[in-house]
Amino acid sequence: MKVLYFAWLKAKTGVSEQEVSPPAEVTTVAALLDWLKGQGPGHAEALADLSVVKVAVNQEYARPGDPVRPGDEIALFPPVTGG
Amino acid sequence: MAIRVQLEDFDVGAELEALSAGNHRIGGVASFVGLVRDLAEGEAVAAMTLEHYPGMTEKQLAKIEAEARARWPLEDCLIVHRYGRLEPGERIVLVITASAHRQAALESCQFLIDWLKTQAPFWKLEEGPEGSHWVEARASDDAAAARWAEPADAKPDAAE
Repeated sequence: MKVLYFAWLKAKTGVSEQEVSPPAEVTTVAALLDWLKGQGPGHAEALADLSVVKVAVNQEYARPGDPVRPGDEIALFPPVTGG
Repeated sequence: MAIRVQLEDFDVGAELEALSAGNHRIGGVASFVGLVRDLAEGEAVAAMTLEHYPGMTEKQLAKIEAEARARWPLEDCLIVHRYGRLEPGERIVLVITASAHRQAALESCQFLIDWLKTQAPFWKLEEGPEGSHWVEARASDDAAAARWAEPADAKPDAAE
Protein backbone atom coordinates (compact mmCIF):
# COMPACT_ATOMS: atom_id res chain seq x y z
CA MET A 1 0.00 0.00 0.00
CA LYS A 2 1.02 3.59 -0.53
CA VAL A 3 1.39 6.00 2.42
CA LEU A 4 1.40 9.77 1.86
CA TYR A 5 2.55 12.35 4.42
CA PHE A 6 1.58 16.02 4.44
CA ALA A 7 2.62 19.22 6.24
CA TRP A 8 4.75 18.59 9.35
CA LEU A 9 4.25 14.83 9.09
CA LYS A 10 6.22 15.01 5.86
CA ALA A 11 8.93 17.10 7.54
CA LYS A 12 9.23 14.80 10.56
CA THR A 13 9.20 11.49 8.67
CA GLY A 14 11.39 12.89 5.92
CA VAL A 15 9.23 11.31 3.22
CA SER A 16 6.25 12.53 1.24
CA GLU A 17 5.29 9.15 -0.14
CA GLN A 18 6.34 5.55 0.41
CA GLU A 19 5.30 2.06 -0.59
CA VAL A 20 4.94 -0.17 2.46
CA SER A 21 4.17 -3.86 2.91
CA PRO A 22 3.13 -4.32 6.52
CA PRO A 23 2.60 -7.84 7.88
CA ALA A 24 -0.74 -9.51 7.17
CA GLU A 25 -2.09 -8.86 10.66
CA VAL A 26 -2.08 -5.12 9.99
CA THR A 27 -5.68 -4.78 8.84
CA THR A 28 -6.86 -1.53 10.46
CA VAL A 29 -5.86 2.13 10.49
CA ALA A 30 -4.86 1.84 14.17
CA ALA A 31 -2.67 -1.22 13.52
CA LEU A 32 -1.04 0.47 10.54
CA LEU A 33 -0.18 3.59 12.57
CA ASP A 34 1.28 1.40 15.28
CA TRP A 35 3.38 -0.49 12.74
CA LEU A 36 4.52 2.74 11.01
CA LYS A 37 5.78 4.08 14.36
CA GLY A 38 8.40 1.34 14.26
CA GLN A 39 9.68 2.32 10.83
CA GLY A 40 12.33 4.75 12.12
CA PRO A 41 12.90 7.59 14.57
CA GLY A 42 11.29 10.16 12.29
CA HIS A 43 8.15 8.07 12.01
CA ALA A 44 8.12 7.48 15.77
CA GLU A 45 8.34 11.22 16.42
CA ALA A 46 5.74 12.14 13.81
CA LEU A 47 3.26 9.60 15.18
CA ALA A 48 3.97 10.12 18.88
CA ASP A 49 0.74 12.07 19.45
CA LEU A 50 -2.04 10.54 17.38
CA SER A 51 -4.55 13.14 18.60
CA VAL A 52 -3.03 15.53 16.05
CA VAL A 53 -2.81 13.02 13.20
CA LYS A 54 -5.68 12.63 10.75
CA VAL A 55 -5.91 9.65 8.44
CA ALA A 56 -7.51 9.24 5.04
CA VAL A 57 -7.95 5.90 3.28
CA ASN A 58 -8.41 6.22 -0.48
CA GLN A 59 -9.01 9.97 -0.02
CA GLU A 60 -11.83 9.60 2.53
CA TYR A 61 -11.45 10.44 6.23
CA ALA A 62 -10.94 7.25 8.24
CA ARG A 63 -11.25 6.21 11.88
CA PRO A 64 -8.87 3.97 13.85
CA GLY A 65 -11.02 0.85 13.36
CA ASP A 66 -11.47 1.27 9.62
CA PRO A 67 -9.89 -1.40 7.40
CA VAL A 68 -6.71 -0.98 5.37
CA ARG A 69 -5.85 -3.32 2.50
CA PRO A 70 -2.98 -3.87 0.11
CA GLY A 71 -3.30 -1.39 -2.74
CA ASP A 72 -4.93 1.28 -0.57
CA GLU A 73 -3.75 4.90 -0.62
CA ILE A 74 -3.29 5.98 2.97
CA ALA A 75 -2.64 9.63 3.86
CA LEU A 76 -1.44 10.97 7.22
CA PHE A 77 -1.76 14.68 7.96
CA PRO A 78 -2.41 17.22 10.71
CA PRO A 79 -5.86 18.75 11.31
CA VAL A 80 -6.63 20.84 8.24
CA THR A 81 -6.31 24.64 8.10
CA GLY A 82 -7.67 25.74 4.75
CA GLY A 83 -9.98 28.59 3.89
CA MET B 1 -21.60 24.17 -9.91
CA ALA B 2 -17.85 24.15 -10.01
CA ILE B 3 -14.79 23.53 -7.91
CA ARG B 4 -11.32 24.71 -8.79
CA VAL B 5 -8.05 24.23 -6.93
CA GLN B 6 -5.37 26.37 -8.50
CA LEU B 7 -2.06 28.22 -8.11
CA GLU B 8 -3.18 31.35 -9.90
CA ASP B 9 -5.30 34.22 -8.62
CA PHE B 10 -8.96 34.62 -9.55
CA ASP B 11 -11.03 37.62 -10.66
CA VAL B 12 -13.89 38.04 -8.18
CA GLY B 13 -15.93 40.34 -10.42
CA ALA B 14 -15.60 38.09 -13.43
CA GLU B 15 -16.55 35.00 -11.40
CA LEU B 16 -19.61 36.75 -9.93
CA GLU B 17 -20.68 37.87 -13.38
CA ALA B 18 -20.17 34.43 -14.94
CA LEU B 19 -22.09 32.64 -12.20
CA SER B 20 -25.31 34.55 -12.64
CA ALA B 21 -25.16 35.46 -16.32
CA GLY B 22 -28.21 34.27 -18.21
CA ASN B 23 -29.95 32.61 -15.25
CA HIS B 24 -32.90 34.81 -14.38
CA ARG B 25 -34.15 32.51 -11.65
CA ILE B 26 -31.31 33.85 -9.50
CA GLY B 27 -32.44 36.62 -7.18
CA GLY B 28 -29.45 36.73 -4.85
CA VAL B 29 -25.74 36.02 -5.06
CA ALA B 30 -23.56 35.78 -1.95
CA SER B 31 -19.78 35.63 -1.89
CA PHE B 32 -16.90 35.18 0.51
CA VAL B 33 -13.28 36.01 -0.27
CA GLY B 34 -10.53 34.88 2.12
CA LEU B 35 -7.31 36.92 2.17
CA VAL B 36 -3.84 36.44 3.65
CA ARG B 37 -3.39 38.70 6.69
CA ASP B 38 -0.10 40.21 7.77
CA LEU B 39 -0.67 39.31 11.40
CA ALA B 40 -1.58 35.97 13.01
CA GLU B 41 -1.72 35.25 16.74
CA GLY B 42 0.08 38.55 17.30
CA GLU B 43 2.99 37.67 15.02
CA ALA B 44 3.92 39.25 11.73
CA VAL B 45 3.34 37.06 8.70
CA ALA B 46 5.58 37.67 5.69
CA ALA B 47 3.92 34.97 3.57
CA MET B 48 2.22 31.63 3.78
CA THR B 49 2.47 28.50 1.70
CA LEU B 50 -0.65 26.43 1.26
CA GLU B 51 -0.14 22.74 0.75
CA HIS B 52 -2.97 20.41 -0.20
CA TYR B 53 -3.71 16.80 -1.06
CA PRO B 54 -4.46 16.72 -4.79
CA GLY B 55 -7.35 14.41 -5.48
CA MET B 56 -8.73 14.32 -1.97
CA THR B 57 -9.11 18.10 -1.95
CA GLU B 58 -11.38 18.07 -4.98
CA LYS B 59 -13.27 15.06 -3.61
CA GLN B 60 -13.93 16.70 -0.24
CA LEU B 61 -14.91 20.03 -1.81
CA ALA B 62 -17.37 18.18 -4.07
CA LYS B 63 -18.91 16.48 -1.02
CA ILE B 64 -19.25 19.80 0.82
CA GLU B 65 -20.82 21.38 -2.24
CA ALA B 66 -23.27 18.46 -2.60
CA GLU B 67 -24.23 18.89 1.05
CA ALA B 68 -24.94 22.59 0.50
CA ARG B 69 -27.10 21.78 -2.52
CA ALA B 70 -29.03 19.22 -0.48
CA ARG B 71 -29.73 21.77 2.26
CA TRP B 72 -30.50 24.89 0.24
CA PRO B 73 -32.19 25.48 -3.12
CA LEU B 74 -29.13 26.72 -4.99
CA GLU B 75 -29.13 27.75 -8.61
CA ASP B 76 -25.37 27.66 -8.75
CA CYS B 77 -22.24 27.79 -6.63
CA LEU B 78 -18.50 28.06 -7.06
CA ILE B 79 -15.54 27.24 -4.82
CA VAL B 80 -12.05 28.36 -5.85
CA HIS B 81 -9.17 27.59 -3.49
CA ARG B 82 -5.57 28.49 -4.17
CA TYR B 83 -2.43 26.70 -3.06
CA GLY B 84 1.26 27.62 -3.16
CA ARG B 85 3.02 30.66 -1.69
CA LEU B 86 0.85 33.70 -0.99
CA GLU B 87 1.69 37.07 0.54
CA PRO B 88 -0.44 39.33 2.74
CA GLY B 89 -3.31 40.86 0.80
CA GLU B 90 -3.46 38.01 -1.70
CA ARG B 91 -6.69 36.11 -2.19
CA ILE B 92 -6.80 32.52 -0.89
CA VAL B 93 -10.34 31.30 -1.38
CA LEU B 94 -13.56 32.30 -3.09
CA VAL B 95 -17.03 30.94 -2.38
CA ILE B 96 -20.03 32.12 -4.39
CA THR B 97 -23.58 30.89 -4.00
CA ALA B 98 -26.65 31.87 -6.01
CA SER B 99 -30.29 31.24 -5.25
CA ALA B 100 -33.73 32.66 -5.87
CA HIS B 101 -33.60 34.38 -2.50
CA ARG B 102 -31.00 35.95 -0.25
CA GLN B 103 -31.36 33.71 2.78
CA ALA B 104 -30.39 30.52 0.96
CA ALA B 105 -27.51 32.29 -0.77
CA LEU B 106 -26.13 33.90 2.41
CA GLU B 107 -26.56 30.84 4.66
CA SER B 108 -25.10 28.36 2.18
CA CYS B 109 -22.12 30.63 1.54
CA GLN B 110 -21.30 30.70 5.25
CA PHE B 111 -21.88 26.96 5.53
CA LEU B 112 -19.48 26.26 2.66
CA ILE B 113 -16.62 28.34 4.07
CA ASP B 114 -17.16 26.99 7.60
CA TRP B 115 -17.16 23.37 6.45
CA LEU B 116 -14.36 23.88 3.98
CA LYS B 117 -12.07 25.07 6.77
CA THR B 118 -12.49 21.83 8.72
CA GLN B 119 -12.93 19.28 5.89
CA ALA B 120 -10.79 20.23 2.92
CA PRO B 121 -7.20 18.94 3.21
CA PHE B 122 -5.20 22.18 3.12
CA TRP B 123 -2.38 23.18 5.47
CA LYS B 124 -0.78 26.59 5.96
CA LEU B 125 2.91 27.12 6.54
CA GLU B 126 3.41 30.68 7.81
CA GLU B 127 6.67 32.59 7.38
CA GLY B 128 7.35 35.02 10.20
CA PRO B 129 10.28 36.76 11.89
CA GLU B 130 11.06 33.60 13.90
CA GLY B 131 11.05 31.33 10.86
CA SER B 132 8.35 29.11 9.44
CA HIS B 133 5.72 27.14 11.28
CA TRP B 134 2.64 25.13 10.42
CA VAL B 135 -0.60 26.79 11.44
CA GLU B 136 -2.54 24.76 13.98
CA ALA B 137 -6.21 24.04 13.55
CA ARG B 138 -8.37 26.26 15.75
CA ALA B 139 -11.14 25.08 18.05
CA SER B 140 -13.18 28.10 16.96
CA ASP B 141 -13.16 26.78 13.39
CA ASP B 142 -14.46 23.41 14.59
CA ALA B 143 -17.16 25.20 16.55
CA ALA B 144 -18.13 27.26 13.50
CA ALA B 145 -18.48 24.10 11.43
CA ALA B 146 -20.35 22.27 14.19
CA ARG B 147 -23.09 24.89 14.12
CA TRP B 148 -24.13 23.35 10.81
CA ALA B 149 -24.07 19.75 12.01
CA GLU B 150 -27.85 19.46 11.99
CA PRO B 151 -29.63 20.11 8.72
CA ALA B 152 -30.86 23.70 8.63
CA ASP B 153 -34.31 23.52 10.21
CA ALA B 154 -35.63 26.53 8.40
CA LYS B 155 -35.54 26.34 4.64
CA PRO B 156 -37.91 29.06 3.53
CA ASP B 157 -37.40 30.80 0.24
CA ALA B 158 -37.83 27.67 -1.83
CA ALA B 159 -36.57 28.19 -5.32
CA GLU B 160 -39.97 28.22 -6.94
